[in-house]
Amino acid sequence: MKFANVIAAGGEWLRGEGPHHQIVISSRVRLARNLRHRSFPGWAKKTERTQVLELIKPRVEELPEMQDSFSELLQDLSALEKQVLVERHLISREHAAKSVGSAVIMNRRQTLSIMVNEEDHLRMQSIRSGLQLKNAFKLVDKVDSTLEGKLDFAYDPRLGYLTACPTNVGTGMRASAMLHLPGLVLSEMINQVIQAVNKIGLAVRGLYGEGTEAMGNLFQISNQTTLGEKEEEIVSRLSKVIETIIEKEHDARQMLIQKKSNTLWDQIGRAYGVLTFAHAMTSKEALNLLSIIKLGVDLGAFPEDRRLPIDELFIDTQPAHLQKSSQQKLNAEERDELRAQIIRERLRVFPKPDISKVARESTGNGTSSEPTHNE
Amino acid sequence: MLCDVCKCNDATVFLTQILEGKMQKVNLCDSCSKEKGVQDPTGFALADLLLGIGAAEEIEKGAPTQKCTVCGFTQADFKKTGRLGCSACYITFSEGLGSLLKAMHKGTEHIGKLPQRAHREIELADRMRTLTHDLQKAVAEENYESAAALRDQIKQLETQSATSPR
Repeated sequence: MKFANVIAAGGEWLRGEGPHHQIVISSRVRLARNLRHRSFPGWAKKTERTQVLELIKPRVEELPEMQDSFSELLQDLSALEKQVLVERHLISREHAAKSVGSAVIMNRRQTLSIMVNEEDHLRMQSIRSGLQLKNAFKLVDKVDSTLEGKLDFAYDPRLGYLTACPTNVGTGMRASAMLHLPGLVLSEMINQVIQAVNKIGLAVRGLYGEGTEAMGNLFQISNQTTLGEKEEEIVSRLSKVIETIIEKEHDARQMLIQKKSNTLWDQIGRAYGVLTFAHAMTSKEALNLLSIIKLGVDLGAFPEDRRLPIDELFIDTQPAHLQKSSQQKLNAEERDELRAQIIRERLRVFPKPDISKVARESTGNGTSSEPTHNE
Repeated sequence: MLCDVCKCNDATVFLTQILEGKMQKVNLCDSCSKEKGVQDPTGFALADLLLGIGAAEEIEKGAPTQKCTVCGFTQADFKKTGRLGCSACYITFSEGLGSLLKAMHKGTEHIGKLPQRAHREIELADRMRTLTHDLQKAVAEENYESAAALRDQIKQLETQSATSPR
Protein backbone atom coordinates (compact mmCIF):
# COMPACT_ATOMS: atom_id res chain seq x y z
CA MET A 1 0.00 0.00 0.00
CA LYS A 2 1.30 3.45 -0.90
CA PHE A 3 1.38 6.52 1.30
CA ALA A 4 -1.13 8.31 -0.94
CA ASN A 5 -3.61 5.51 -0.21
CA VAL A 6 -3.10 5.95 3.52
CA ILE A 7 -4.07 9.58 3.18
CA ALA A 8 -7.05 8.86 0.96
CA ALA A 9 -8.31 5.94 3.05
CA GLY A 10 -8.83 8.11 6.11
CA GLY A 11 -8.90 5.32 8.65
CA GLU A 12 -11.73 3.82 10.63
CA TRP A 13 -11.48 5.99 13.74
CA LEU A 14 -11.74 9.22 11.75
CA ARG A 15 -15.22 8.27 10.55
CA GLY A 16 -16.51 8.38 14.10
CA GLU A 17 -19.12 5.64 14.26
CA GLY A 18 -18.20 3.82 17.47
CA PRO A 19 -20.21 3.72 20.71
CA HIS A 20 -20.55 7.13 22.46
CA HIS A 21 -18.85 8.69 19.46
CA GLN A 22 -20.28 12.15 20.23
CA ILE A 23 -18.02 12.44 23.24
CA VAL A 24 -15.41 9.71 22.83
CA ILE A 25 -13.45 10.41 19.65
CA SER A 26 -11.24 7.35 19.81
CA SER A 27 -9.96 4.53 22.01
CA ARG A 28 -6.39 3.32 21.88
CA VAL A 29 -4.46 0.48 23.48
CA ARG A 30 -0.76 0.00 23.02
CA LEU A 31 1.56 -2.75 24.18
CA ALA A 32 5.32 -2.32 24.56
CA ARG A 33 7.53 -5.35 23.96
CA ASN A 34 11.28 -5.91 23.70
CA LEU A 35 13.57 -8.69 22.59
CA ARG A 36 15.50 -10.44 25.34
CA HIS A 37 19.11 -9.35 25.89
CA ARG A 38 19.13 -6.87 23.06
CA SER A 39 19.85 -3.25 23.89
CA PHE A 40 16.74 -1.06 23.92
CA PRO A 41 16.55 1.25 20.87
CA GLY A 42 17.67 4.34 22.80
CA TRP A 43 20.86 2.60 23.93
CA ALA A 44 21.57 0.33 20.94
CA LYS A 45 24.14 1.22 18.30
CA LYS A 46 22.89 1.75 14.77
CA THR A 47 23.98 -1.73 13.58
CA GLU A 48 22.22 -3.40 16.50
CA ARG A 49 19.05 -1.41 15.91
CA THR A 50 19.12 -2.47 12.26
CA GLN A 51 19.59 -6.14 13.26
CA VAL A 52 16.59 -5.96 15.58
CA LEU A 53 14.56 -4.27 12.87
CA GLU A 54 15.44 -7.04 10.42
CA LEU A 55 14.35 -9.64 12.97
CA ILE A 56 11.05 -8.00 13.78
CA LYS A 57 9.78 -6.36 10.57
CA PRO A 58 9.20 -9.53 8.48
CA ARG A 59 7.43 -11.19 11.44
CA VAL A 60 5.07 -8.24 11.70
CA GLU A 61 4.47 -8.04 7.95
CA GLU A 62 3.45 -11.70 7.78
CA LEU A 63 0.75 -11.29 10.43
CA PRO A 64 -2.72 -12.15 9.08
CA GLU A 65 -3.87 -8.76 10.40
CA MET A 66 -1.26 -7.07 8.22
CA GLN A 67 -2.38 -8.34 4.82
CA ASP A 68 -2.33 -5.40 2.45
CA SER A 69 -0.47 -3.25 4.91
CA PHE A 70 1.49 -0.04 4.69
CA SER A 71 5.06 -0.75 5.76
CA GLU A 72 7.82 1.81 5.59
CA LEU A 73 11.26 2.47 6.99
CA LEU A 74 11.36 5.78 8.81
CA GLN A 75 14.26 7.07 6.70
CA ASP A 76 12.12 6.62 3.59
CA LEU A 77 9.35 8.90 4.85
CA SER A 78 9.58 12.66 4.40
CA ALA A 79 9.26 14.95 7.42
CA LEU A 80 5.83 15.96 6.19
CA GLU A 81 4.62 12.38 5.77
CA LYS A 82 5.79 11.52 9.29
CA GLN A 83 3.93 14.54 10.60
CA VAL A 84 0.73 13.44 8.83
CA LEU A 85 1.00 10.07 10.61
CA VAL A 86 1.50 11.87 13.94
CA GLU A 87 -1.58 14.01 13.36
CA ARG A 88 -3.57 10.82 12.74
CA HIS A 89 -2.14 9.26 15.92
CA LEU A 90 -0.69 6.40 13.89
CA ILE A 91 2.84 7.04 15.11
CA SER A 92 4.11 8.97 18.12
CA ARG A 93 5.95 12.26 18.01
CA GLU A 94 9.05 10.45 19.30
CA HIS A 95 8.84 7.92 16.50
CA ALA A 96 8.57 10.66 13.88
CA ALA A 97 12.00 11.88 15.02
CA LYS A 98 13.54 8.47 14.25
CA SER A 99 15.31 7.57 11.02
CA VAL A 100 17.62 4.64 10.17
CA GLY A 101 16.77 1.47 12.10
CA SER A 102 13.09 2.24 12.71
CA ALA A 103 9.92 1.34 10.83
CA VAL A 104 6.15 1.59 10.93
CA ILE A 105 3.67 -1.03 9.72
CA MET A 106 -0.08 -0.44 9.71
CA ASN A 107 -3.14 -2.19 8.32
CA ARG A 108 -5.38 -0.75 5.61
CA ARG A 109 -8.20 0.17 7.99
CA GLN A 110 -5.65 1.95 10.18
CA THR A 111 -6.96 0.19 13.25
CA LEU A 112 -3.58 -1.39 13.94
CA SER A 113 -0.22 0.30 13.78
CA ILE A 114 3.08 -1.17 14.86
CA MET A 115 6.20 0.87 15.48
CA VAL A 116 9.56 -0.89 15.41
CA ASN A 117 12.37 0.66 17.45
CA GLU A 118 10.52 3.52 19.00
CA GLU A 119 11.42 3.72 22.71
CA ASP A 120 10.94 -0.05 22.86
CA HIS A 121 11.66 -2.60 20.14
CA LEU A 122 7.95 -3.01 19.52
CA ARG A 123 5.07 -0.66 20.17
CA MET A 124 1.81 -2.22 18.99
CA GLN A 125 -1.20 0.03 18.94
CA SER A 126 -4.83 -0.46 18.12
CA ILE A 127 -7.02 2.59 17.59
CA ARG A 128 -10.81 2.43 17.28
CA SER A 129 -13.60 4.95 16.92
CA GLY A 130 -15.67 5.81 20.01
CA LEU A 131 -15.47 3.95 23.30
CA GLN A 132 -14.08 0.56 22.27
CA LEU A 133 -11.18 -0.04 24.63
CA LYS A 134 -12.06 -3.72 25.00
CA ASN A 135 -12.07 -4.30 21.24
CA ALA A 136 -8.85 -2.35 20.85
CA PHE A 137 -7.23 -4.46 23.56
CA LYS A 138 -8.48 -7.71 22.00
CA LEU A 139 -6.82 -6.86 18.70
CA VAL A 140 -3.36 -5.97 20.07
CA ASP A 141 -3.51 -8.86 22.51
CA LYS A 142 -4.09 -11.28 19.64
CA VAL A 143 -1.25 -9.79 17.61
CA ASP A 144 1.03 -10.01 20.66
CA SER A 145 0.15 -13.67 21.18
CA THR A 146 1.00 -14.46 17.55
CA LEU A 147 4.29 -12.58 17.67
CA GLU A 148 5.49 -14.10 20.95
CA GLY A 149 5.65 -17.49 19.22
CA LYS A 150 8.14 -16.10 16.72
CA LEU A 151 10.11 -13.57 18.76
CA ASP A 152 11.82 -14.00 22.12
CA PHE A 153 10.25 -11.27 24.23
CA ALA A 154 11.98 -9.99 27.35
CA TYR A 155 9.86 -11.19 30.23
CA ASP A 156 10.51 -11.63 33.93
CA PRO A 157 8.24 -13.87 36.04
CA ARG A 158 8.03 -11.21 38.76
CA LEU A 159 8.15 -7.95 36.78
CA GLY A 160 6.34 -9.06 33.63
CA TYR A 161 7.26 -7.52 30.29
CA LEU A 162 10.48 -5.52 30.54
CA THR A 163 10.51 -2.08 28.93
CA ALA A 164 13.05 0.69 28.35
CA CYS A 165 11.26 2.99 30.78
CA PRO A 166 10.40 1.56 34.22
CA THR A 167 7.03 3.34 34.05
CA ASN A 168 5.85 0.78 31.45
CA VAL A 169 7.12 -2.44 33.03
CA GLY A 170 4.61 -5.20 33.82
CA THR A 171 1.83 -5.22 31.26
CA GLY A 172 3.63 -2.75 28.98
CA MET A 173 0.13 -1.52 28.29
CA ARG A 174 -1.20 1.99 27.95
CA ALA A 175 -4.93 2.25 27.31
CA SER A 176 -6.30 5.68 26.50
CA ALA A 177 -9.31 7.47 25.10
CA MET A 178 -9.65 10.86 23.50
CA LEU A 179 -12.64 12.75 24.86
CA HIS A 180 -14.38 15.89 23.64
CA LEU A 181 -15.58 17.75 26.74
CA PRO A 182 -16.77 21.25 25.83
CA GLY A 183 -19.62 21.12 28.36
CA LEU A 184 -17.31 20.50 31.31
CA VAL A 185 -14.89 23.19 30.10
CA LEU A 186 -17.61 25.84 29.49
CA SER A 187 -19.21 25.14 32.87
CA GLU A 188 -15.75 25.33 34.48
CA MET A 189 -16.02 21.89 36.03
CA ILE A 190 -13.19 20.30 34.07
CA ASN A 191 -10.45 20.82 36.66
CA GLN A 192 -12.61 19.15 39.29
CA VAL A 193 -13.04 16.13 37.03
CA ILE A 194 -9.32 16.02 36.21
CA GLN A 195 -8.39 16.08 39.89
CA ALA A 196 -10.90 13.37 40.80
CA VAL A 197 -9.62 11.12 38.03
CA ASN A 198 -5.96 11.75 38.95
CA LYS A 199 -6.70 10.62 42.48
CA ILE A 200 -7.67 7.14 41.34
CA GLY A 201 -4.45 6.53 39.48
CA LEU A 202 -5.56 7.55 36.02
CA ALA A 203 -4.13 10.43 34.05
CA VAL A 204 -6.04 13.13 32.19
CA ARG A 205 -4.34 15.66 30.03
CA GLY A 206 -5.27 18.07 27.32
CA LEU A 207 -4.55 16.62 23.92
CA TYR A 208 -2.73 19.86 23.19
CA GLY A 209 -2.17 21.90 26.36
CA GLU A 210 -3.30 21.38 29.96
CA GLY A 211 -6.49 21.84 32.01
CA THR A 212 -8.84 24.57 30.83
CA GLU A 213 -6.18 25.58 28.31
CA ALA A 214 -6.71 22.33 26.40
CA MET A 215 -7.16 23.16 22.73
CA GLY A 216 -10.35 22.04 21.06
CA ASN A 217 -11.65 20.86 24.47
CA LEU A 218 -9.97 17.55 23.70
CA PHE A 219 -8.64 15.46 26.55
CA GLN A 220 -6.82 12.19 26.80
CA ILE A 221 -7.43 9.86 29.71
CA SER A 222 -5.19 6.86 30.33
CA ASN A 223 -3.89 4.43 32.92
CA GLN A 224 -0.84 5.67 34.78
CA THR A 225 0.56 2.43 36.16
CA THR A 226 1.37 -0.87 34.50
CA LEU A 227 2.55 -3.14 37.30
CA GLY A 228 0.32 -4.97 39.79
CA GLU A 229 -2.93 -4.92 37.83
CA LYS A 230 -4.22 -7.22 35.08
CA GLU A 231 -4.72 -5.88 31.56
CA GLU A 232 -8.46 -6.62 31.58
CA GLU A 233 -8.86 -4.91 34.95
CA ILE A 234 -7.10 -1.78 33.74
CA VAL A 235 -9.26 -1.67 30.62
CA SER A 236 -12.54 -2.17 32.45
CA ARG A 237 -11.66 0.28 35.23
CA LEU A 238 -10.77 2.90 32.62
CA SER A 239 -13.95 2.20 30.63
CA LYS A 240 -16.10 2.67 33.73
CA VAL A 241 -14.45 5.97 34.60
CA ILE A 242 -14.95 7.16 31.03
CA GLU A 243 -18.64 6.25 31.18
CA THR A 244 -18.93 8.38 34.32
CA ILE A 245 -17.20 11.29 32.59
CA ILE A 246 -19.61 10.93 29.65
CA GLU A 247 -22.51 11.28 32.10
CA LYS A 248 -20.92 14.34 33.70
CA GLU A 249 -20.42 15.89 30.28
CA HIS A 250 -24.10 15.29 29.42
CA ASP A 251 -25.16 16.83 32.74
CA ALA A 252 -22.92 19.84 32.15
CA ARG A 253 -24.44 20.35 28.69
CA GLN A 254 -27.98 20.21 30.08
CA MET A 255 -26.99 22.63 32.80
CA LEU A 256 -25.64 25.03 30.17
CA ILE A 257 -28.83 24.78 28.10
CA GLN A 258 -31.00 25.45 31.11
CA LYS A 259 -28.99 28.01 33.02
CA LYS A 260 -26.57 29.62 30.62
CA SER A 261 -28.35 29.22 27.33
CA ASN A 262 -27.55 32.72 26.11
CA THR A 263 -23.81 32.20 26.65
CA LEU A 264 -24.08 28.89 24.82
CA TRP A 265 -25.95 30.29 21.78
CA ASP A 266 -23.55 33.21 21.73
CA GLN A 267 -20.56 30.86 21.61
CA ILE A 268 -22.09 28.75 18.84
CA GLY A 269 -23.13 31.81 16.83
CA ARG A 270 -19.70 33.41 17.12
CA ALA A 271 -17.92 30.19 16.20
CA TYR A 272 -20.17 29.85 13.15
CA GLY A 273 -19.62 33.47 12.16
CA VAL A 274 -15.85 33.44 12.48
CA LEU A 275 -15.38 30.07 10.77
CA THR A 276 -17.64 31.09 7.88
CA PHE A 277 -16.02 34.45 7.21
CA ALA A 278 -12.44 34.48 8.52
CA HIS A 279 -9.52 34.71 6.09
CA ALA A 280 -6.73 33.75 8.45
CA MET A 281 -6.91 31.24 11.23
CA THR A 282 -4.35 29.58 13.50
CA SER A 283 -4.63 25.91 14.26
CA LYS A 284 -5.47 26.70 17.89
CA GLU A 285 -8.35 29.02 16.97
CA ALA A 286 -9.66 26.50 14.43
CA LEU A 287 -9.66 23.66 16.96
CA ASN A 288 -11.44 25.75 19.58
CA LEU A 289 -14.12 26.99 17.20
CA LEU A 290 -14.66 23.62 15.53
CA SER A 291 -15.13 22.16 18.99
CA ILE A 292 -18.02 24.56 19.60
CA ILE A 293 -19.60 23.70 16.23
CA LYS A 294 -19.25 20.00 17.07
CA LEU A 295 -21.05 20.71 20.34
CA GLY A 296 -23.72 22.50 18.27
CA VAL A 297 -24.20 19.35 16.14
CA ASP A 298 -24.42 17.20 19.29
CA LEU A 299 -27.10 19.52 20.71
CA GLY A 300 -29.12 19.61 17.51
CA ALA A 301 -28.41 23.21 16.51
CA PHE A 302 -26.98 21.87 13.24
CA PRO A 303 -28.31 18.86 11.29
CA GLU A 304 -26.76 15.50 12.09
CA ASP A 305 -25.45 15.00 8.53
CA ARG A 306 -23.08 17.94 9.13
CA ARG A 307 -21.15 15.95 11.71
CA LEU A 308 -18.70 14.22 9.39
CA PRO A 309 -17.47 17.39 7.62
CA ILE A 310 -16.73 18.96 11.01
CA ASP A 311 -14.95 15.87 12.33
CA GLU A 312 -12.85 15.78 9.17
CA LEU A 313 -11.88 19.43 9.57
CA PHE A 314 -10.34 18.66 12.98
CA ILE A 315 -7.74 16.56 11.15
CA ASP A 316 -7.59 18.29 7.76
CA THR A 317 -6.72 21.68 9.28
CA GLN A 318 -3.68 20.32 11.14
CA PRO A 319 -0.41 21.77 9.77
CA ALA A 320 0.95 18.68 7.99
CA HIS A 321 -2.41 17.72 6.50
CA LEU A 322 -2.78 21.24 5.09
CA GLN A 323 0.63 21.12 3.47
CA LYS A 324 0.08 17.62 2.14
CA SER A 325 -3.19 18.67 0.50
CA SER A 326 -1.61 21.76 -1.08
CA GLN A 327 1.44 19.69 -2.04
CA GLN A 328 3.90 22.33 -0.95
CA LYS A 329 5.68 23.55 2.12
CA LEU A 330 3.92 26.57 3.60
CA ASN A 331 5.00 29.07 6.21
CA ALA A 332 2.78 29.78 9.21
CA GLU A 333 1.04 32.74 7.56
CA GLU A 334 0.26 30.80 4.39
CA ARG A 335 -1.04 27.91 6.46
CA ASP A 336 -3.40 30.17 8.40
CA GLU A 337 -4.72 31.55 5.12
CA LEU A 338 -5.21 28.12 3.56
CA ARG A 339 -6.80 26.79 6.74
CA ALA A 340 -9.37 29.60 6.75
CA GLN A 341 -10.04 29.03 3.05
CA ILE A 342 -10.65 25.28 3.46
CA ILE A 343 -12.97 25.88 6.40
CA ARG A 344 -14.93 28.57 4.51
CA GLU A 345 -15.38 26.24 1.54
CA ARG A 346 -16.62 23.34 3.65
CA LEU A 347 -18.97 25.57 5.64
CA ARG A 348 -20.45 27.21 2.55
CA VAL A 349 -23.25 24.62 2.50
CA PHE A 350 -23.59 24.67 6.28
CA PRO A 351 -26.96 25.98 7.54
CA LYS A 352 -27.15 28.69 10.20
CA PRO A 353 -27.44 27.43 13.78
CA ASP A 354 -31.05 26.74 14.71
CA ILE A 355 -31.50 26.81 18.46
CA SER A 356 -35.19 25.92 18.30
CA LYS A 357 -34.10 22.36 17.43
CA VAL A 358 -32.00 21.91 20.56
CA ALA A 359 -33.14 18.93 22.58
CA ARG A 360 -33.88 19.79 26.16
CA GLU A 361 -33.99 16.88 28.57
CA SER A 362 -36.68 17.42 31.17
CA THR A 363 -35.15 14.84 33.47
CA GLY A 364 -31.49 15.86 33.55
CA ASN A 365 -30.02 14.48 36.81
CA GLY A 366 -31.29 17.05 39.25
CA THR A 367 -30.17 20.00 37.20
CA SER A 368 -33.47 20.59 35.45
CA SER A 369 -36.28 21.79 37.68
CA GLU A 370 -34.58 24.74 39.36
CA PRO A 371 -35.56 28.19 38.13
CA THR A 372 -33.10 29.97 35.86
CA HIS A 373 -30.73 32.37 37.55
CA ASN A 374 -30.18 35.82 36.15
CA GLU A 375 -27.01 36.05 34.12
CA MET B 1 19.69 26.89 43.28
CA LEU B 2 20.32 25.36 39.88
CA CYS B 3 17.71 23.66 37.68
CA ASP B 4 17.66 19.85 38.10
CA VAL B 5 17.27 19.27 34.40
CA CYS B 6 19.69 21.56 32.54
CA LYS B 7 21.87 22.27 35.58
CA CYS B 8 22.88 25.68 34.22
CA ASN B 9 20.04 28.13 34.85
CA ASP B 10 18.66 29.23 38.20
CA ALA B 11 15.59 27.29 39.27
CA THR B 12 12.42 29.35 39.47
CA VAL B 13 9.79 26.58 39.52
CA PHE B 14 9.69 24.31 42.57
CA LEU B 15 7.59 21.20 42.51
CA THR B 16 6.75 18.82 45.33
CA GLN B 17 4.76 15.65 45.02
CA ILE B 18 3.92 13.09 47.65
CA LEU B 19 3.70 9.62 46.23
CA GLU B 20 2.54 7.01 48.74
CA GLY B 21 3.93 8.99 51.63
CA LYS B 22 7.25 9.63 49.96
CA MET B 23 8.05 13.24 49.16
CA GLN B 24 9.82 14.09 45.93
CA LYS B 25 11.04 17.52 44.96
CA VAL B 26 12.11 18.94 41.65
CA ASN B 27 13.56 22.37 40.96
CA LEU B 28 13.35 23.73 37.45
CA CYS B 29 14.34 26.83 35.53
CA ASP B 30 11.78 28.73 33.53
CA SER B 31 12.66 27.27 30.13
CA CYS B 32 12.91 23.64 31.31
CA SER B 33 9.58 23.90 33.11
CA LYS B 34 7.99 25.07 29.86
CA GLU B 35 9.73 22.39 27.84
CA LYS B 36 8.54 19.70 30.24
CA GLY B 37 5.01 21.07 30.09
CA VAL B 38 4.86 21.85 33.79
CA GLN B 39 2.09 24.38 34.19
CA ASP B 40 -0.61 22.53 35.96
CA PRO B 41 0.78 20.84 39.08
CA THR B 42 -2.08 18.35 39.04
CA GLY B 43 -1.21 17.23 35.54
CA PHE B 44 0.36 13.95 34.63
CA ALA B 45 3.48 15.56 33.22
CA LEU B 46 4.71 16.19 36.74
CA ALA B 47 4.70 12.51 37.58
CA ASP B 48 6.64 11.72 34.41
CA LEU B 49 9.17 14.35 35.23
CA LEU B 50 9.60 13.31 38.82
CA LEU B 51 10.04 9.72 37.83
CA GLY B 52 12.68 10.61 35.28
CA ILE B 53 14.81 12.56 37.72
CA GLY B 54 14.01 10.79 40.97
CA ALA B 55 14.66 7.45 39.35
CA ALA B 56 18.34 8.14 38.78
CA GLU B 57 18.88 8.94 42.45
CA GLU B 58 17.15 5.75 43.50
CA ILE B 59 19.38 3.69 41.29
CA GLU B 60 22.46 5.50 42.49
CA LYS B 61 21.72 4.46 46.05
CA GLY B 62 21.37 0.83 45.12
CA ALA B 63 24.32 0.29 42.83
CA PRO B 64 27.02 2.91 42.90
CA THR B 65 29.56 1.27 40.59
CA GLN B 66 27.57 -1.34 38.73
CA LYS B 67 27.60 -1.86 35.00
CA CYS B 68 25.25 -4.14 33.06
CA THR B 69 27.27 -7.12 31.81
CA VAL B 70 24.98 -7.59 28.83
CA CYS B 71 24.84 -4.08 27.39
CA GLY B 72 27.41 -2.03 29.34
CA PHE B 73 24.82 0.41 30.66
CA THR B 74 25.67 2.31 33.88
CA GLN B 75 23.67 4.26 36.44
CA ALA B 76 25.15 7.47 35.06
CA ASP B 77 23.48 6.65 31.75
CA PHE B 78 20.18 6.13 33.52
CA LYS B 79 20.55 9.52 35.16
CA LYS B 80 20.96 11.10 31.75
CA THR B 81 18.10 9.38 29.95
CA GLY B 82 15.67 7.97 32.53
CA ARG B 83 15.59 4.80 30.39
CA LEU B 84 17.39 1.49 30.88
CA GLY B 85 19.86 -0.14 28.47
CA CYS B 86 18.41 -3.63 27.99
CA SER B 87 16.15 -6.17 29.69
CA ALA B 88 19.08 -7.53 31.74
CA CYS B 89 19.48 -4.08 33.37
CA TYR B 90 16.41 -4.95 35.45
CA ILE B 91 18.53 -7.64 37.13
CA THR B 92 21.74 -5.59 37.29
CA PHE B 93 20.06 -2.63 38.94
CA SER B 94 17.33 -4.60 40.72
CA GLU B 95 18.19 -3.23 44.15
CA GLY B 96 17.71 0.42 43.24
CA LEU B 97 14.83 -0.30 40.90
CA GLY B 98 12.82 -2.11 43.57
CA SER B 99 11.85 0.94 45.59
CA LEU B 100 11.50 3.02 42.47
CA LEU B 101 8.96 0.61 40.96
CA LYS B 102 7.14 0.44 44.27
CA ALA B 103 6.69 4.21 44.31
CA MET B 104 5.72 4.29 40.66
CA HIS B 105 3.20 1.46 40.35
CA LYS B 106 0.15 -0.02 41.95
CA GLY B 107 1.91 -3.24 42.93
CA THR B 108 5.37 -4.75 42.81
CA GLU B 109 4.53 -7.92 40.93
CA HIS B 110 3.13 -8.56 37.49
CA ILE B 111 -0.20 -10.37 37.63
CA GLY B 112 -1.25 -9.89 34.00
CA LYS B 113 -0.56 -11.72 30.78
CA LEU B 114 2.00 -14.54 30.66
CA PRO B 115 3.71 -15.47 27.42
CA GLN B 116 3.29 -19.13 26.41
CA ARG B 117 6.96 -19.73 27.11
CA ALA B 118 6.52 -18.53 30.67
CA HIS B 119 3.66 -21.01 31.08
CA ARG B 120 6.07 -23.80 30.09
CA GLU B 121 8.70 -22.57 32.52
CA ILE B 122 6.20 -22.48 35.35
CA GLU B 123 5.06 -26.01 34.53
CA LEU B 124 8.64 -27.25 34.56
CA ALA B 125 9.28 -25.56 37.90
CA ASP B 126 6.13 -27.12 39.34
CA ARG B 127 7.11 -30.56 38.20
CA MET B 128 10.59 -30.09 39.58
CA ARG B 129 9.17 -29.18 42.98
CA THR B 130 6.95 -32.27 43.06
CA LEU B 131 9.78 -34.57 42.02
CA THR B 132 12.20 -33.12 44.59
CA HIS B 133 9.59 -33.55 47.29
CA ASP B 134 8.93 -37.15 46.26
CA LEU B 135 12.66 -37.85 46.18
CA GLN B 136 13.14 -36.61 49.73
CA LYS B 137 10.22 -38.70 50.83
CA ALA B 138 11.59 -41.80 49.09
CA VAL B 139 15.01 -41.32 50.69
CA ALA B 140 13.45 -40.83 54.11
CA GLU B 141 11.50 -44.04 53.64
CA GLU B 142 14.69 -45.74 52.43
CA ASN B 143 12.92 -46.63 49.24
CA TYR B 144 16.10 -46.44 47.17
CA GLU B 145 14.72 -47.98 44.04
CA SER B 146 12.13 -45.27 43.44
CA ALA B 147 14.61 -42.63 44.68
CA ALA B 148 16.97 -43.61 41.88
CA ALA B 149 14.17 -43.40 39.34
CA LEU B 150 13.16 -39.98 40.66
CA ARG B 151 16.76 -38.76 40.56
CA ASP B 152 16.94 -39.74 36.89
CA GLN B 153 13.72 -37.91 36.14
CA ILE B 154 15.03 -34.76 37.85
CA LYS B 155 18.24 -34.94 35.81
CA GLN B 156 16.25 -35.26 32.64
CA LEU B 157 14.06 -32.29 33.58
CA GLU B 158 17.13 -30.19 34.35
CA THR B 159 18.61 -30.75 30.90
CA GLN B 160 15.21 -30.04 29.40
CA SER B 161 14.84 -26.65 31.07
CA ALA B 162 18.48 -25.74 30.36
CA THR B 163 18.01 -26.30 26.64
CA SER B 164 14.61 -24.60 26.37
CA PRO B 165 15.03 -21.07 24.99
CA ARG B 166 15.48 -18.36 27.58
